[in-house]
Amino acid sequence: MPNAGVFRLLSIALLAAAGLLHGGFTAAAEDWSLERLMQTLGKQSSGQATFSERKYLAVLDQPVESSGELRFRAPDRLEKITLKPRPESLVLEGNTLTVTRGKKQLVLRLSDYGEVAAFIDSIRATLAGDRATLERTYGLHLSGSAERWTLTLLPRDPRMAEVVLKISIAGTRGQLRQIEILQADGDRSVMEILAMGATR
Amino acid sequence: MTRRFVPALLVWLAFVAACIGIISQTRFTTDLSAFLPASPTAEQQVLVDQLRDGMVSRLLLVGIEGGDAKTRAEVSRSVAHTLRADPAFGVVANGEPIHRERDQVLLFQHRYLLSPAVTPERFTADGLQTAIGESIDLLASPIGMLTKSLLPRDPTGEMMQLLERLDGGNRPAMSEGVWASRDGQRALLLAQTRAAGSDLDNQQAAIANLRGAFAAAVANSQASAAEVKLLISGPGVFAVASRATIKDEVLRLVLISTALIVALLLFIYRSPVALMLGLLPVVSGELAGVVAVSLGFGMVHGITLGFGTTLIGEAVDYAIYLFVQSGDTNDQAAGDPGKQRAFWATIWLGVLTSICGFAALIFAGFPGLAQLGLYSIAGLTAAALTTRFILPHLLPAGFAVRDVSPFGVRLQGFVAVAHRLRWGLLALAVLAAGVIHVNRDRVWNHELSALSPVSAADQALDLALRSDLGAPDVRYMIVVRGADPEAALRAAETVGEHLQPLVDTGAIGGFESAAHYLPSQSRQLARRASLPEGVELANRLRTATADLPLPAERLAPFLADVATARERAPLTRADLDGTSFAMAVDSLLIRQGDHWTALLPLRAPVTGPHAHEVDAAQVRAALAQVTGTEALFIDMKGESDALYGGYLREAVLLSLAGVAAIVVLLAFTLRSPRRVLRVLMPLAAAVLVVVAGLVLAGVALTILHLVGLLLIVAVGSNYALFFDQDNGADGPAPRTLASMLFANLTTVTGFGVLAFSSVPVLQAIGGTVGPGAILALLFAATLARPSCPAAGNPLR
Repeated sequence: MPNAGVFRLLSIALLAAAGLLHGGFTAAAEDWSLERLMQTLGKQSSGQATFSERKYLAVLDQPVESSGELRFRAPDRLEKITLKPRPESLVLEGNTLTVTRGKKQLVLRLSDYGEVAAFIDSIRATLAGDRATLERTYGLHLSGSAERWTLTLLPRDPRMAEVVLKISIAGTRGQLRQIEILQADGDRSVMEILAMGATR
Repeated sequence: MTRRFVPALLVWLAFVAACIGIISQTRFTTDLSAFLPASPTAEQQVLVDQLRDGMVSRLLLVGIEGGDAKTRAEVSRSVAHTLRADPAFGVVANGEPIHRERDQVLLFQHRYLLSPAVTPERFTADGLQTAIGESIDLLASPIGMLTKSLLPRDPTGEMMQLLERLDGGNRPAMSEGVWASRDGQRALLLAQTRAAGSDLDNQQAAIANLRGAFAAAVANSQASAAEVKLLISGPGVFAVASRATIKDEVLRLVLISTALIVALLLFIYRSPVALMLGLLPVVSGELAGVVAVSLGFGMVHGITLGFGTTLIGEAVDYAIYLFVQSGDTNDQAAGDPGKQRAFWATIWLGVLTSICGFAALIFAGFPGLAQLGLYSIAGLTAAALTTRFILPHLLPAGFAVRDVSPFGVRLQGFVAVAHRLRWGLLALAVLAAGVIHVNRDRVWNHELSALSPVSAADQALDLALRSDLGAPDVRYMIVVRGADPEAALRAAETVGEHLQPLVDTGAIGGFESAAHYLPSQSRQLARRASLPEGVELANRLRTATADLPLPAERLAPFLADVATARERAPLTRADLDGTSFAMAVDSLLIRQGDHWTALLPLRAPVTGPHAHEVDAAQVRAALAQVTGTEALFIDMKGESDALYGGYLREAVLLSLAGVAAIVVLLAFTLRSPRRVLRVLMPLAAAVLVVVAGLVLAGVALTILHLVGLLLIVAVGSNYALFFDQDNGADGPAPRTLASMLFANLTTVTGFGVLAFSSVPVLQAIGGTVGPGAILALLFAATLARPSCPAAGNPLR
């Protein structure tokens, strides 16, 4: 059914969104580790940013571009507002995901979708800096330095891996710069994030 | 025993035989028919049909409780698997993707016949450019990831059009791959029986199959049988359960009240012969009542039979009066023909008073009420006739019951004391009238559900399952008709076009229509005709995609699909077999006699200014624009409450007419306004106090309470007439007093038992008449004319 597919992808987008909101934190000049990254990410409670995303699809000659805003408000509200090319909003609050596109609105309960709930748990875990929960869903690999790190997430669940091969999140200290999602069919998307401001 | 013993007995036996002969041919029913209007309006007919046979009437809502989520899911899957193979069930849904693939294949294959977006304009170069451009933009959204793989075959996004329309309803939550309640503590399943909701035998069989499937599923699972529980609700369950309740209860109530009354009579008469004879009028009355209803209505409702038990309490009175009156052979008065005549005149007047009260009910449009009216009249008349013309001839020579005169003398003492309390009791009646006046807005219950035999706990379970399942709330629907399915579908399409703007503005959340899954042939042909021929489409596509990042060469599968669609025959109902659309169409497009009816249930919006509430005014306004077809807009709850409200108003009016008839009758026979008043006052006072008591107890009165009030008048009129007629220096003769008290006791016993019934209808009557009969006697005794010389009796 379409919903499960939609969900996986929404979750990816939201996961990506979750990551970027932790900008502006200056870590001490210590050894950069997964532990340190999680601590750094987990210390922030809300913020907003602009994004621009390019999707490279085999079926099209050119990538499709979209842009908009990302917002997070503690404890559990996350929004991805797309302004171009067509207005669309995805709002995750608690257990409810609301997708609004034109006159059409779709309201869904996350708990209805087992695998996807794992994605969302991952987002929550990331927000909380809960590495253990994150590692239940993904194999994590951190490379680079505190100034220029890349976190790679590899789905553990084979069903999830049929859709998503790899998620790469790049950032500087507590600030996310780019999220790249590589899909199993070879299509990929790259989201650049520009933090507008962050509140603690 | 008189010389006429043998003829009298033969007449009676012939009567009984004739009654039994008719009753053996009588159809007894416990379905909704007693509550449905005899001559419904078009809107009511829809309501009635939906209640009887509609899609909602065939739904069983199932919950599985206990154990862990995995066990519940396992049981749910196993039950669903069994029921899907069971011919008693049409569709069984529990969240498993059973029809998903076939549904999607059907939609995709027939998308150019089904999509409302397919018009000639959409397949011009401009139209194609717009549609394909939108599809490309959608790829930027996460939703686009779903449509990505379809793009080469469906670049105009028709599949998305179809999916969006199907996606409107509330879906239940999921847990372990099956539907679950919102709190996750119950697995949920929805089963639709093939049998109509009014087909109780088959509903019962289907429910039994469901229970069997559940037991087998639990046995095969890891769970212990005690751990996992099955909950079933739905109209069929209610109907089957209330049929069982009514059957059980009627039998039980008859047995209990018979036993109690028999014990009471034995205590009074101290003679088994008198007891047997005393029951003759009762049996005659009940037989006559059933026969009259059977002949008059063609069938007898279970409720009417239950009501019949109350007649035991009243019909037995006549024999009591007779026996006690003729009991003491030493009393010269008993042999006095004048006294006898006066006695019978009073009884007849009492019977006539009761008949006047009930006669009005026969004209009710509410068949249940009309049955009760006819039953009472026939029953009381037969009981009185038996007592008057048959019973005296059957009395053995020297027949005597215990002399109750000493007891009656003591009662006279009580009456004298009671008389001093008359101002207190009158004050009570005035107070009661005040209470009723203050609470006048909530005296009556105006909802049909008040008559429902379903307990509050079962209703709560039903509501919980229903809201968790997101089961269709069919409060509002639009109904159109046609001579054949094609005409009905065309009418549904016309109405749908007028409803779509309301969906867009959020006045309604959406609507269902058979035409969504099976458009009319003419509509399908029109859509097919919108598809350009191959070369032409290829040319237009090249122009359309010139400025798009999607080259026309990649859309060759689209050209092939359109070419196939141009050759495809229109979709028919048979093509839907094996998909979930088959049930949808069968539920929404129904044959009724020689025409076809299409139903369009409306959904309330989830959000926005009209959240959870359909804007009925806007719907009406939109329907007013519809031309060429008559569309009925039906508010199911409003309609059923209006239906019941109509019954209630009618019943109140008819009761008042009955009271007026009683007043006329009394005025005609008693020929004295003061005496009429004296007879009516105790009855009015008893009715007032009973109503006030019910109101204070928080009971909102239903139509059945009204029947109970009429019974108070019927029973109480006997008491009041005796006190009015038979007044010596100390009020009624001791024996008459005693017989009245005995009659009262049997009445209270007969009705008192009903008050403990779990069928609300019977409980209402019992709880009204039981206390009312006591009060009526009390008021009659208290308000009677005290020790003044007997006025000339016009009955003499």
